Amino acid sequence: MSPRAACRLERLGFSKVYDFVPGKLAWLAMGWPREGTAAAVSNAGEIARRGTPICALDDRIADVRATVLEAGRDVCIVVSPEGVVQGRLRGRALAETPEATAQQAMELGPTTIRPSERLAPLVERMRRRGVATIVVSDLKGRLVGILYREDAERTLEAARP
Amino acid sequence: MPQGIDIDEIRQILAAGAQLVEVLPREEFEEEHLPGAINIPLKQMTEQVTASLDRARPVIVYCWDYQ
Repeated sequence: MSPRAACRLERLGFSKVYDFVPGKLAWLAMGWPREGTAAAVSNAGEIARRGTPICALDDRIADVRATVLEAGRDVCIVVSPEGVVQGRLRGRALAETPEATAQQAMELGPTTIRPSERLAPLVERMRRRGVATIVVSDLKGRLVGILYREDAERTLEAARP
Repeated sequence: MPQGIDIDEIRQILAAGAQLVEVLPREEFEEEHLPGAINIPLKQMTEQVTASLDRARPVIVYCWDYQ
């Protein structure tokens, strides 16, 4: 639709017209601001907890564990030099094999969701699968934060009329 | 020919003063849209309706996704 609209505007005499090809979906998937009635209820990106510890693929588990403990968190996200999510470290992976690298110990390719994800269907899916947390990453695969189901449930409850 | 732009370019062009137009139907626009966007559905994109746009400034149009 936007290519046709861009062409239409040019034919109406507008000299500088851009077509934002990836569209609204991509903008929202980056976790960027939005307006409209849907914005009355937060989406996944807006309630994801920030400040999740991150580490590089070749970081030592013993060092990662110290960072996680110092942050008062229980998870670390493994990222590429460009910040793209590669894996997740939690539980036994952080406690055992201190000399291993993050790449060796991590859960490869954790499930992620986009910041634009709506909370109601998401909570339903998380409940069905018994999932308490989920990684939120943007359109480019970079970490946004960790969404906790309890936060989403609380948000939905508060939004009830 | 209109220039296609991607996610890495749009914010810079907006910061330079471009106008932002969502061309989807009004109901979709009202549900969720980019900040600062106005709504001119493609079906209503006439000379009269677009008269509200500033011809001296660039215009960015967008819809839902690549389609």
